[in-house]
Amino acid sequence: MSTAAAPIGRPRRDVRGGLFYLLLLFSVGLALLTLAVLVGDVILDGGSWVTKTLLLDPPSVDPEIAGARPAILATIYLGLLVLLLTVPLGVATALYLEEYADKERWYNRFLEVNIQNLAGVPSIVYGILGLAFIVRGIGLGRVLLAGAIILTLLTLPTVIIASREAIRAVPDSIRQGAYALGATHWQVVRRQVLPAAIPGIATGSILALSRAIGETAPLLMIGALTYVSFDPTILGAFTALPVQIYNWIRQPQDEFKLLAAAAIIVLLVIMLLLNSVAIIIRNRYQKRW
Amino acid sequence: MTISNPIHLAEPMVERSSGRRDAIFKVRELEVTYSSKAAVRGITLDIAPNEVTAIIGPSGCGKSTFIRCFNRMNDLIPGAEVKGELLYHGLDLYGPRVDAVEVRKRIGMVFQKPNPFPKSIYDNVAFGPRVLGRKDDLDGRVERALQQAALWDEVKHRLKASALSLSGGQQQRLCIARCLAVQPDVILMDEPASALDPIATTRIEDLMQELKQSYAIVIVTHNMQQAARVADMTAFFSVDIADEGERTGILVEFDRTDKIFTQPSDQRTEDYVTGRFG
Repeated sequence: MSTAAAPIGRPRRDVRGGLFYLLLLFSVGLALLTLAVLVGDVILDGGSWVTKTLLLDPPSVDPEIAGARPAILATIYLGLLVLLLTVPLGVATALYLEEYADKERWYNRFLEVNIQNLAGVPSIVYGILGLAFIVRGIGLGRVLLAGAIILTLLTLPTVIIASREAIRAVPDSIRQGAYALGATHWQVVRRQVLPAAIPGIATGSILALSRAIGETAPLLMIGALTYVSFDPTILGAFTALPVQIYNWIRQPQDEFKLLAAAAIIVLLVIMLLLNSVAIIIRNRYQKRW
Repeated sequence: MTISNPIHLAEPMVERSSGRRDAIFKVRELEVTYSSKAAVRGITLDIAPNEVTAIIGPSGCGKSTFIRCFNRMNDLIPGAEVKGELLYHGLDLYGPRVDAVEVRKRIGMVFQKPNPFPKSIYDNVAFGPRVLGRKDDLDGRVERALQQAALWDEVKHRLKASALSLSGGQQQRLCIARCLAVQPDVILMDEPASALDPIATTRIEDLMQELKQSYAIVIVTHNMQQAARVADMTAFFSVDIADEGERTGILVEFDRTDKIFTQPSDQRTEDYVTGRFG
């Protein structure tokens, strides 16, 4: 054996790589631990309070017979309305910005910057805006539809940004291939770009929606009631699950605090369901070809 | 993209069976500029039917830019402008009343990197006929296109499978089939085999020999052996560097392929084809 042969068998210690890996583990662990503690605490407190009464009965001053039916229904209505309003508007805006807008034009750049900024505006500001322009300005009143519009405005920037990312991720070679076959701009967008972007758009939209139905501040701002004993209608007074939770936590009796924990569990389940819808849509569209 | 009044381009006037060699394209003093910088200029040549015309030359000489003029793909690039004349069966493709979408139905294109749509094999081939509203006998159109592209036997049992499950060479033949399904008059190929292995490349080259019986083929290639193997005519492009350092693609020589490779009339061509390009 020649003396020049370097030992290649001994593994080198990659100290920095190892440290970085530990840092990553720590970050993930911290996030998971926080979540586990929160969920665990809530389940311990409220688990036994998730009953048929909570799901099916209206609220009451007596915690033993108090339910969150109007709030649960309103949250579902709000979620559906927000989805119905946000997705078409958001996807259309994203398509305009990505596929049609001339980025050299000042107004398109102005639009882009503003959408980015709007995504960072605190939700309470949307509440004030809604109170001034929707509840009072156009005189819609303190109704569920007004709440849905506020939440739509709140989620729209997020949906637009997520949809733009999804559209931008469609490779340009796909567009070129479609154009080269004699497709029009509309056909390229409708038959190639949009279907390819749907998984990303669905994920972004549902995540934005999950955030919207957890919002409390803007709804309180426009006057969601804290005590509603009747089923909500679109043009009637309303409450929502986060508002109901907020209200129960403020009550002096300990039982209401446990009831609030139970309502939090219901809210978490609704969010999990929404997220799984996003995952189903994504998988379905990824498998379609 | 400019949307002008679509006009119906004249049906191909060339009788394919007769031995006439009327040019499909007549290119006269063509110049392409990107934001007023010339990428290629002064190109004059004719493209004949039932022949393979190769465009060779060093990187950055505007081969791809040039070939993308034929189906107006440069329209999609902001700031791109085409000057000069590009006649297709006598009709100026850049005339004021010509619709780029209409042009692309007649003049198909295969790209450097196989770019199948993320759909099934069937839907890839059916896309062209579908967007053109030719939905009658779609199955037949798909089958004929796949047969012409020599892919049918490999995929006939799994037409519903994802096009992305095919190998690179199969994907490229699928892209050729997709292009044939539109029944074009001309097929443009922009380095169609540069991402493929030698066996897949041979299959594409054999295919080109088949297809030129029915189509005019224009191919850009950086592979000189490929040009020598497949092309009837060869255009050699080079880069002209101006005093200010601006680089522009120019056509140096256009002739029969054997002449280009054995007795070129320009020194620059000879240097390039003999590998003495500096």
